[in-house]
Amino acid sequence: MSEIPSELKYTTSHEWVRVEDDGLVTVGISDHAQELLGDLVFVELPEIEAVFNAGDECCVVESVKAASDVYVPITGEIVEVNESLLDEPETINTAPYDSGWLFRIKPSEDDFEETEEYEELLDAEAYQAEIGE
Amino acid sequence: MLIFEHSSPGRKGAPQAPAEKASLTAIPEKLLRRQSAALPEVSELQAVRHYTRLSQKNFSIDTQFYPLGSCTMKYNPRACNTLAMLPGFLNLHPLTPDLQSQGFLVCMYELQSMLCEATGMADFSLAPMAGAQGEFAGVAMIKAYHSSRGDTERREILVPDAAHGTNPATAVMCGFQVTEIPTLDNGDVDIVALEQAVGPQTAGLMLTNPSTLGVFERNIETIAKIVHQAGGLLYYDGANLNAILGKIRPGDMGFDVIHSNLHKTFSTPHGGGGPGSGAVGVAGRLKPFLPLPMVTKEDNGNYRYLTAQDCPQSIGRLSAFMGNPGVLLRAYVYMRLLGREGMVRVAEYATLNANYMMAEAKRRGFTLAIDDRRASHEFIITLKNEAHEYHVSAMDFAKRLLDLGYHAPTTYFPLLVPECLLIEPTETEAREALDGFLDALEQIRHEAETSPELLHAAPQTLPVKRLDEVRAAKQLDLAYNS
Repeated sequence: MSEIPSELKYTTSHEWVRVEDDGLVTVGISDHAQELLGDLVFVELPEIEAVFNAGDECCVVESVKAASDVYVPITGEIVEVNESLLDEPETINTAPYDSGWLFRIKPSEDDFEETEEYEELLDAEAYQAEIGE
Repeated sequence: MLIFEHSSPGRKGAPQAPAEKASLTAIPEKLLRRQSAALPEVSELQAVRHYTRLSQKNFSIDTQFYPLGSCTMKYNPRACNTLAMLPGFLNLHPLTPDLQSQGFLVCMYELQSMLCEATGMADFSLAPMAGAQGEFAGVAMIKAYHSSRGDTERREILVPDAAHGTNPATAVMCGFQVTEIPTLDNGDVDIVALEQAVGPQTAGLMLTNPSTLGVFERNIETIAKIVHQAGGLLYYDGANLNAILGKIRPGDMGFDVIHSNLHKTFSTPHGGGGPGSGAVGVAGRLKPFLPLPMVTKEDNGNYRYLTAQDCPQSIGRLSAFMGNPGVLLRAYVYMRLLGREGMVRVAEYATLNANYMMAEAKRRGFTLAIDDRRASHEFIITLKNEAHEYHVSAMDFAKRLLDLGYHAPTTYFPLLVPECLLIEPTETEAREALDGFLDALEQIRHEAETSPELLHAAPQTLPVKRLDEVRAAKQLDLAYNS
């Protein structure tokens, strides 16, 4: 059974979302997602300063089994990407919620935690129900 | 071991090496080779042994049950090889004038006609040299059709998420954007999502029917109507044509373009990357765009190649000559051997074998991906329970099958089903082979419980053991250095 930290939010497309103290939002893929994908071999990160709407495809993770799009959970601008993944994509397998993070977003809305798209994110319990574990 | 590693300086395969240097005066001095080519220096016997040994290492349909889902690895009748290799075909130069190639051209013309008849399309081109090229030709024709009508805003191709990865790749290669349509749990396309997705931007929908989930798309008529009403065209990926051959026809379901993998459905040898054939067929309104060359019959009874003068709107040529003629001839002979009745039997036995295996797999306690529907010519087992309980993966099962003398089914495809095996027995297998494979699956499940290390370490009996897939993907090293 995969790990689903209770302090994070999740999407049905298996991204996790963490709101940081500085107001930025860190995004990665869930433990369940990395389990399904298997050994990660490539990660294509988004461009810094690129602006995305919630639900847009923004980067790709590729494993020995499949290449999979990663979607932006919150509308905003990419301000930081985890470049260490380019050399060591397997970090996503070993630490999906920690050093395996993918990118950080500056949300377009200051009070994004009040927005509908934030409301639609799943809590750990709902995500667990979603993946049927 | 490579043949280069057998090389020893000065050794020759005597019968092949001319003792005297030929004088080819027509070749200018500056173009002549100064050093001998770096070919392996081996005796004839060494060469024979080397290649015989290699061939014995093969896993192939001639030696093993090969239930590779979505690939239709059926037996390739020897008669097709024999007849396609008649000297008149083998020695025919592709630039021979049409009037002196009538025998070959008749075969190609009749193959075009038989494919039209079998699929319900108005016309066929045999030019594409593989499935991917057939897809490319098909979508290029969709693009050409819309542009010929000045309908230039159609920039989007719809692809169900169960599709082969080649479908979205083809659409992107042809300059389209791809929108994914979700699939329902029962395997059908989500009609509500499709209705929301179509519009004036829709160029077409690419659909595989039966789908990669091994079930027939029951709403195909509704889907055709929705796409056509939006002004889009319907593309049939012929990957699974074997399931419906002689029973129902893509043309009758409303498809406008199809590619048929002759190397699958029409039983030409394949695996290892080719050569293949992705013949494309179209409904009437797309005829002008078919790729060349095609063969036509003239009023005087002669056959000839159609040229760009005959077909100014054609998307053009995909290769220098007539596709892969050896493959086309084998498919032609196969269809002539089967006849109309035989084609029906192909679909009936392909689906009977798949449904027998599916029912047996369920009886033996395996979990089916789609439990409440009849299978087409293939079906899916999910090993997620086994993975959970015994910490073995579908990949471990697949590798262990190799040890037991079976080619592995397709693994981890379709992506919608976790830990899956996609199993396609084809019509040419006897029941004993099907039972033997299911016995092997049961044995492996037992081993997973009692000695999982057998699975993790598999294969142990083959010349190549478990490959490091991560390293293979990250550190490509494709060049041989002596």
